[in-house]
Amino acid sequence: MLRKLRRVLGGIFLALITLLFLDFTGALHGVLGWTADVQLVPAILSGSLIILAVLLVVTLLLGRVYCSVICPLGVMQDVCSWSAGRVNKKRRYSYSRAVSWLRYTVLGIFIIALVAHVAALVTLIEPYSAYGRIATNIFAPVYRLGNNLLAYFAARVDSYAFYHTDVWVKGFGSLAVALITLIVIGLLAWRNGRTWCNTVCPVGTLLGFISRFSVLKPVIDPAKCTKCSQCSRVCKASCIDYDNYAIDHSRCVTCMNCIDKCKFDALHYTAKRYKLNAAAENAADDTAEGGTNNGMSRRGFLSVAGILAVSNTVKAQAPIADGGLAVIEDKKIPDRQTAVLPPGSDNARHMKIHCTGCQLCVSACPNNILRPSNKFSTFMQPEMSFERGYCRPECTRCSEVCPTGAIRRITPVEKSSIQVGRAVWIKENCVVNRDEEPCTACERHCPTGAITLISRNNDDKLKIPVVDTEICIGCGACENLCPSRPFSAIYVEGIERHRTI
Amino acid sequence: MSQDNKKNISRRDFIKTLGAGAVVTSAALAGCKPKGQTNTSSITGEVPTDKMTYRTNRHTGDKVSLLGYGCMRWPMKDGEVDQDAVNDLVDYALDHGINYFDTAPGYLRGLSEAATGAALKRHPREKYFIATKLSNMAQDKYARSREGSIAMYRQSFERMQIDYIDYYLLHSIGGDNVAGVKERFVDNGMIDFLLEEKEAGRIRNLGWSFHGDVEAFDYLLAYNNIQWDFAMIQLNYMDWHHATGRNVNAEYLYTELEKKNVPAIVMEPLLGGRLSRLNSLSQAPLRQLHPDDTPAKWAFRYAGSPDNILTVLSGMTYLEHLQENIRTYSPLEPLTPAEYDALEEVTQLMLNDDFIPCTECQYCMPCPYGIDIPGVFSHYNRVVNEQRMPEDAGDPNYRKYRRQFLIGYDRSVEGTRQANHCIGCGICKPECPQRIPIPDEMNRIDEFVEKLRLEGKI
Repeated sequence: MLRKLRRVLGGIFLALITLLFLDFTGALHGVLGWTADVQLVPAILSGSLIILAVLLVVTLLLGRVYCSVICPLGVMQDVCSWSAGRVNKKRRYSYSRAVSWLRYTVLGIFIIALVAHVAALVTLIEPYSAYGRIATNIFAPVYRLGNNLLAYFAARVDSYAFYHTDVWVKGFGSLAVALITLIVIGLLAWRNGRTWCNTVCPVGTLLGFISRFSVLKPVIDPAKCTKCSQCSRVCKASCIDYDNYAIDHSRCVTCMNCIDKCKFDALHYTAKRYKLNAAAENAADDTAEGGTNNGMSRRGFLSVAGILAVSNTVKAQAPIADGGLAVIEDKKIPDRQTAVLPPGSDNARHMKIHCTGCQLCVSACPNNILRPSNKFSTFMQPEMSFERGYCRPECTRCSEVCPTGAIRRITPVEKSSIQVGRAVWIKENCVVNRDEEPCTACERHCPTGAITLISRNNDDKLKIPVVDTEICIGCGACENLCPSRPFSAIYVEGIERHRTI
Repeated sequence: MSQDNKKNISRRDFIKTLGAGAVVTSAALAGCKPKGQTNTSSITGEVPTDKMTYRTNRHTGDKVSLLGYGCMRWPMKDGEVDQDAVNDLVDYALDHGINYFDTAPGYLRGLSEAATGAALKRHPREKYFIATKLSNMAQDKYARSREGSIAMYRQSFERMQIDYIDYYLLHSIGGDNVAGVKERFVDNGMIDFLLEEKEAGRIRNLGWSFHGDVEAFDYLLAYNNIQWDFAMIQLNYMDWHHATGRNVNAEYLYTELEKKNVPAIVMEPLLGGRLSRLNSLSQAPLRQLHPDDTPAKWAFRYAGSPDNILTVLSGMTYLEHLQENIRTYSPLEPLTPAEYDALEEVTQLMLNDDFIPCTECQYCMPCPYGIDIPGVFSHYNRVVNEQRMPEDAGDPNYRKYRRQFLIGYDRSVEGTRQANHCIGCGICKPECPQRIPIPDEMNRIDEFVEKLRLEGKI
């Protein structure tokens, strides 16, 4: 019963938070944003004391339910190991000792990295972000391709239920990290259940430390236990030492598998503590491990990955064939001295300290501006670039979804006066100079009127732009709509500290 | 019982049609019709092979089919003309009495002449009339010179594999007024050259097509007292009294041509398709008179009704359009005064529209900065026509229309080719035969779209 409840809740939670990452229409962000807000590390970074207090109380009361229900990476591993169990019915877990030195070392490094602002390290091992990256870089493109397939058919039946959305690799670095994370953690889960959570994950270690003292926890009643070993064989966390009637509660994720499995009513999720009768129970000690789980798994995993990549979804994104249209070269990313960060992130340091690189903002950005950084010091944290769109005045979606407060919540009105960068004109690229054609693209689209056209060599027809850097907000409209390709003749250079104009 | 009877009759009719040796396709179509009795509708029913209305060219005695084939919109496949499809359409047209084919060196990015020629080559040369044009209007010295123009003229013979041209046109008179006519045809001696070619029998009829400045029309019509064999004008019930932009009312053009004994050939009988896609409000007066007739049929009947019309051109990409137009003119039923009144009513209704008079002729393309000009206008016009403009935020359908407008925009025009990417350089402006101020219209659409987008989520 308890196991069923955990599975239902965990499943719902995983589905909801995944949807939050997949939704590109913005319709679900308001409804589902809380699933990201309640994650532990984001709550620490955003300083949400209430959420932290609730998580602490829940863990003290119920144990590591966080890991079984709230943590998407944890539930994803459960899905993996459950699938492995379906594929290989004989597969069983067995008890193993805690690798405490590794757990506490990783936790220590994590805390140091957090305090010392080594962003790359924090984002790499933080579980929620790891899942976010997998969802953003791997699941979201698949979801969008599926959407595009529907949009393709919808367009043919004149329905507006679905619309096309761009699918592109937003950052090769973060895609690689996401893939490696998925493969490593997926494989570990496939073979051994919650190995990651109980040896590496700093959140797991921290909650494990607390959950030792939790009120309710699964305990073995020695009076009823027959040492049949069934509980230990279904324990994903490998934490039931049935020989000694002992459960390592720092590793137990309260999945309730053991309670569900025990035929002798010897396991209870209770506040009661049983006394160990020093019965003549001798340890038949650690039965040999390893021989049970073998083969299959890798091949199985690869075939699952293969199914995700089925080719039928490719067609919908093929562009509609052109007639007599000029070729449009793709824009290239200019070399920016300072990265442009989204309005609301206040300054580079604030972003660096608070962002866990979950990339929820990257997948939520409807204008295809945000993408994960490839620089080491801000690895996988978002930055802006305007090859595919610009930061539209009505949109504040990244600030709405950010669970860590790295992008502070702002309104469109506030945003219209936040300067995140300044436009720079490159005269050699400007079509007025290059093609000798009049052009007003940048001036017409500047939302703050920061661009004025002045005549070039007293010519009334050919005019060149000048930028008032005091009122330019760095939205990138000019850069995006500049006809010069591959490099725009006007581009945004970021500023370290955002200011209000 | 009576139903059975009807079924029998229709089957017998069907077999008779087959027996009469009609082309199998048309018979099959008639036979497939669920209720095979009424043939009044213009979109279903038999396609006659021998009832086409012909007009006689007073100058050469040519019997020209009232429906002429415009070769500017052949079916395409992967950026090339789909020659098999073209052959089928040409065969079908010839089988059903069409004998006039109008192309030009620039059509379909220069592919039309060869494709049309190849399809026609498969039939006896005397069965059809070929029209092509001297399209020397590029803003380029060589193109407008005598050498460049003669090269273009000769190229048409090669591309179409023919040794004479039935109807040769000075293309697009009026694009740059009288000065343009002088530069392209008079000063370089091209008119004299072409008259010599006509003497020599390589051109059977010499004429011209007209868009734009009326002075150029008057100038060329009177030039040197040449008796022109024909002239092509834009004529339809909108343009008769209410030509848009700098187009000239067709009534004037037609009357002037008639005075000078110059037969008129009609282009844009549907005004770039606009008259075939009337919204329900505009259709009402027409449907009341003939519930089964499409707006296209009305427009073709209008264009074909005046006596001095030699042929009415239609760029038919689809077999169904070809069939429908053949039905309309096999034979032509001239409009009655009551029908003229109904069309006048439609005209008045349409004059209030915010429609951009783009006929998607592609002359403005390719835009060097990649804008899909006809694509943008076509989306905008479609929405205007369907009366689904998200204009009034108080309208209960506003949100739906807004979503449809924005999604439809992205569907019909790639993001980088939309109006907001127009830089306003104006290179396209002189190319437009409808005189649409393209950059201004782009700007207007951009601002409209921007206003919709500012409201946030789609």
